[in-house]
Amino acid sequence: MESSLDRIGRPWGGRTPYGRHEPWPTRVDTYLEDGVGPDSVQRWVQAASILHSDGDAMDIAVVDGRMVGVRGRSVDRVNRGRLGPKDLFGWQANASPDRLTGPLVRRGGKLVASDWDTAMDLVVNRSRELLDGRGPGSVGFYTSGQLFLEEYYTLAVLAKAGIGTNHLDGNTRLCTATAAEALKESFGCDGQPGSYDDIDHADVIALFGHNIAETQPVQWMRMLDRLEGADPPRLVCVDPRPTRVARAAAVHLAPRVGTNVALLNALLHEVIRTDRVDHDYVEAHTVGFEELAARVEDCTPEWAARICDVPAARIEEAAELLGTADRLLSTVLQGVYQSHQATAAAVQVNNLHLIRGMLGRPGAGVLQMNGQPTAQNTRECGADGDLPGFRNWQNDAHVADLASVWNVEPGTIPHYGPPTHAMQMFRYAEQGSIRMLWISGTNPAVSLPELARIRSILAQERLFVVVQDLFMTETTALADVVLPAATWGEKTGTFTNADRTVHLSDKAVEPPGGARSDLDIFLDYAARMDFRDKDGAPLIGWHDPESAFEAWKRCSAGRPCDYTGLTYDRLRGGSGVQWPCDEQAPDGTPRLYTEGINWAHPDVCEDYGKDLVTGAADSAVEYRSLNPDGKAMLKAAAYLPPHEEPDGTYPFQLTTGRTLYHFHTRTKTGRAPQLRAAAPDVWVEMAAADAGRLGFAEGDLVEVRTPRGALRGRLRITGLRPGVVFVPFHYGYWDTPSGTGPDEGTPPRAANETTVTDWDPASKQPLFKTAAAAVTLVRRGDGQVAPAPTTTASAPSVEGAARPTAGGPAAYAWQSAEAARTAREDAS
Amino acid sequence: MNGIALTLRALHHGEGRLARHFVTVAQRHRTEHEVHHVAGDLAAWSREHVRRLADTAAGRGLDLGGPSGTSDASDDGILATLRRKTAELTGHRPEPALLLLRDLRELHLDATENSLHWEMLAQAAQASRDSALLGLASACHPQTLRQMRWTNTMIKTLSPQALTSP
Repeated sequence: MESSLDRIGRPWGGRTPYGRHEPWPTRVDTYLEDGVGPDSVQRWVQAASILHSDGDAMDIAVVDGRMVGVRGRSVDRVNRGRLGPKDLFGWQANASPDRLTGPLVRRGGKLVASDWDTAMDLVVNRSRELLDGRGPGSVGFYTSGQLFLEEYYTLAVLAKAGIGTNHLDGNTRLCTATAAEALKESFGCDGQPGSYDDIDHADVIALFGHNIAETQPVQWMRMLDRLEGADPPRLVCVDPRPTRVARAAAVHLAPRVGTNVALLNALLHEVIRTDRVDHDYVEAHTVGFEELAARVEDCTPEWAARICDVPAARIEEAAELLGTADRLLSTVLQGVYQSHQATAAAVQVNNLHLIRGMLGRPGAGVLQMNGQPTAQNTRECGADGDLPGFRNWQNDAHVADLASVWNVEPGTIPHYGPPTHAMQMFRYAEQGSIRMLWISGTNPAVSLPELARIRSILAQERLFVVVQDLFMTETTALADVVLPAATWGEKTGTFTNADRTVHLSDKAVEPPGGARSDLDIFLDYAARMDFRDKDGAPLIGWHDPESAFEAWKRCSAGRPCDYTGLTYDRLRGGSGVQWPCDEQAPDGTPRLYTEGINWAHPDVCEDYGKDLVTGAADSAVEYRSLNPDGKAMLKAAAYLPPHEEPDGTYPFQLTTGRTLYHFHTRTKTGRAPQLRAAAPDVWVEMAAADAGRLGFAEGDLVEVRTPRGALRGRLRITGLRPGVVFVPFHYGYWDTPSGTGPDEGTPPRAANETTVTDWDPASKQPLFKTAAAAVTLVRRGDGQVAPAPTTTASAPSVEGAARPTAGGPAAYAWQSAEAARTAREDAS
Repeated sequence: MNGIALTLRALHHGEGRLARHFVTVAQRHRTEHEVHHVAGDLAAWSREHVRRLADTAAGRGLDLGGPSGTSDASDDGILATLRRKTAELTGHRPEPALLLLRDLRELHLDATENSLHWEMLAQAAQASRDSALLGLASACHPQTLRQMRWTNTMIKTLSPQALTSP
C-alpha cells in the first residue's frame, strides 16, 4: 500500500509490524524532486547512504545527467527499502551552487583560484622538501570516515610505504576508535561480532549511550516495527537524555555523565551475584573471569547508585532484564565512546555478553557501532593508522606479510610504535615537528575539541595545510592548498557499514567543474611523487576504483576482513554482503564468533592489548601468558572519577551530540533545504528543574562557558537529566557572517569552542561528553523558541512549548509497504 | 628498626615522592594532554599507596610521618601556577618534547625503585608469614608496575618524533 508522508515531521515513517524471528517486511521509500515522477526518471543508479553508518542501500534517480531523487533498495538486507530523512533529502547538497570546482592556492595570504598542475606541484614540492630536510615524520595525513574503501587503501599505502610516515589517522578517531579498541581488547582483533538481523531475534535489546533513533534511524524503524509486532523485545536504555529510545524502553537509566564504568560494573556484579553466568561458555571461550568477578564484587547497585545518581532499584531491574534475556543484543555508541573511560566501559559490554554466552547466535550479539558511513573501511584499510587487514604492527610476521603484498622491505613500513592518533598529530603540528598536514574529507576546525587551539595550530605559517573537500569550510579557510573533491554519486567505490555489510556505490552524475574523486587525487599525488616498490615498479599499480578494489582484496586475503569473494559485479544489482566473504563463506558471514573465538591467538591477534585505565601497551610476552590459546579476554576496569567535574564556577556537566537531521558539520545536510529548516541553528538543552531554579525560559539566549571558551544558543527545556546541559555539535561558521570562526559580528556557536582536550588513553578517542560548564543568560527569548526539533531527544518537556517540527509539502516522500501489510502512520 | 620497617619507610618516602613527581609532570606538561590527565590519575594511585603504607605502619607502632604524597605539589600555589603558565607559553616550541622524555624517564626510574621495594616487602612478608603485609604488597605492587608500563609506553611512543625532528 502506498502513502505519502512528511518525513521531517515523521522521520521514521509508517510502521510495518513484525513478530519475533520473522523477516522484516520491506517498505520502499522514495523521494523525487518536485515535478519529477517515477516515469520520467531516466536511470536509477545503485548507491548506499553516506550520511551515517547504517549503510542504507538506495538508488539515485537521474534525469539528463542530474540527480533528481532517491529510492530505497528493497532487495538489500540492511534497510529493505527504507530511507531515513538524511538519505531522502541529503543528496540535494551535491548540486549546491557553492561546490568547489577548481583548486585554490594561497598567494599573498589569500586563497586564489588555480589549476590542478599548480596545486599538485605545490603539494609535491613541499612533500619532497620536507622528506629531504626533516624526514617522513614531518608529514601527516588526517582523513575521514566518508571516503570509499578504495581511497582509504590507496592513502594508507602511499602514506605508510610511499612517504613512510606513522602519522595517519581518520576522523573516525572521534567516532569509532573506541569500538575498534574495545573489540581488540576483548577479542584480540577488530571486527563487528553481531548483525543487524539480531534485531529480528532478540528478546532484550540494550542500548548503551546509543541514540539509535537519530544516529541510525532505519534500524530504529526496525526496532519500532518489532515493538509493534508479536512478542516484542524489551529495551534497556542508558542515556542522560530523553531520547525516543529512552521513551520506548522498559528500563531507562540516566546516569551522571562520565560514570559508565561504575554502572556497567554494577550490572556485571548483579549478573554474577545472581549467577546468570553461562559457565560452560566462560570456561570454553574466555580467560579472566576470576579477575572480573573480583573486580566487580564490591560494585553493588547501591555503590553505583551513589556514583551514577540513578536509583539502585533501576540498576537491579536493568540487570534482571540483561541477566534473564534469552537472546540479548547490545549496542554501544558515543555516549560510551566519547565519554570518560570510553574503552573500559565499552569492554564491559563485551564482558556482559561473554559471561552470558550471548554471542554468535541469532539475536545474541554485540554491535560496537560506528558513527560514520565508511568508518569501518578507515579501520580495515589502515587509514586510521593501523596496519591494513587488521595486521599487528608489533608482530614481525604480520609486517613481513604486508610488505610482501606491497612488494617493499618490511623496514619501509613504519612499525616501531603505535600509529600517531589525530590529537597527537595536531600536538606535533603545534610543536612544529609536523610541517605538512593533508586533511581529506573532514572539518577539524569545527569537529575537534577546543577550537581556539585547533584554529591556532592550522593557522601557523610554518604548517603547510592541504585540504580536500566539497565546499569551502572553516578548515579550508586555513589551508594553503584547497583541492575540490567529487563525492558520493559522482564517483564509484565500495564501503562497509557497521554490521560489516559491503555496498557498491556507483557514479550517477559527473562531478561539478574540475572536482576530482579522492582516489584520483591520491593516485595523481602518488604518480607525481613517483613512489616505487623494492623492484622499482610503481608502488601503487592500480588506476581506477575497480582495480583498487582488486588490490585491496589481495591485501585482505586470509585476514578477518576477507573480501576475496566479492567483486563489483557481485555487489551490483542485489543486496550488500557481510564480510568475511571468501571461498569458505561465498555468501558472506552474518555473525562472527559462531564457533568460538578465532582471531585472538597470540600469532594472529591484531593487538596485544592495553591497560584500560592508562593506555599502557601490553607486550607479546604478556599477551601470550595471559591468553595462550586465543580465547576472548574478560578485562576488568575500576571506575575513576572524570577529569573535569562541576564546581562552584562551572556547575553543569556539558555533553555534546548530534541531531537526527544533521551530519557532522552540516557541510551537506545544511545545504539540503528540508534538513536545514528542521534544525537551522544551535541550541542549548537544559532540564526543567535547572531552568526553573535559574529563572530561564524556553527560547532565552544563553551562554555556555567553560575554561576553554563559550558559545551562545537559545534554550530548550527538556526532560534531560538535571545538572547536565547538552549542545549539538553540528553548527560552525560557514553559514555565518564571518564564515570561519567567531568574531565581533559572529557570536561563537560551535560546541567545540567549549570542549576539553582529553582523550581515552586506550582508544585515543577525544572525550566530547565530559566537561564542566557555566550557563548564563544573555537575553530573554521574548516569545522566540529554540531552533531545536521537537520530534527527537530535544523535544520540549512541556508539550506545545514549541511548534511541532514539520517539513511541509517539500518533505513529502512516498512509502510503499509490502502488499500483505498495512502501513500505519507513526503514532508520534 | 628492622628490615621490614626500613622497607616500609623507604616505600612510604618513595611513593610520596612519586606522587609529587607525577603531579609536577602533569602541571609542567599541561599542553601534552594525555600526560597531563593520566599523570594526575597515576599520582592518585601513589597517594593511595602512601596512605595504606602509613596505616599498616601505624598498626605496628611505626610512625612514618605526615601525608608526604599530598603536601607541596598540590594543584594550586605559585609553583604550580608557574608550571602551568610555562607549559602554555612554550606550547608551540619543540623543546618541551625533550623535557617530557626526561621527565618520563625519571618517573619510570622512581617507579622502578618503588617496584623493587614492593618486591622486597612481599618477599619479607612471605618469609615472615605476614599475611597483612603480603596483602598490602599484592594490592599495591601491580599498580606500580602499571605506572612503569605507562611511562615506558609513552617514551616508546613519543621518542621517534621528539628525537628525530631537526
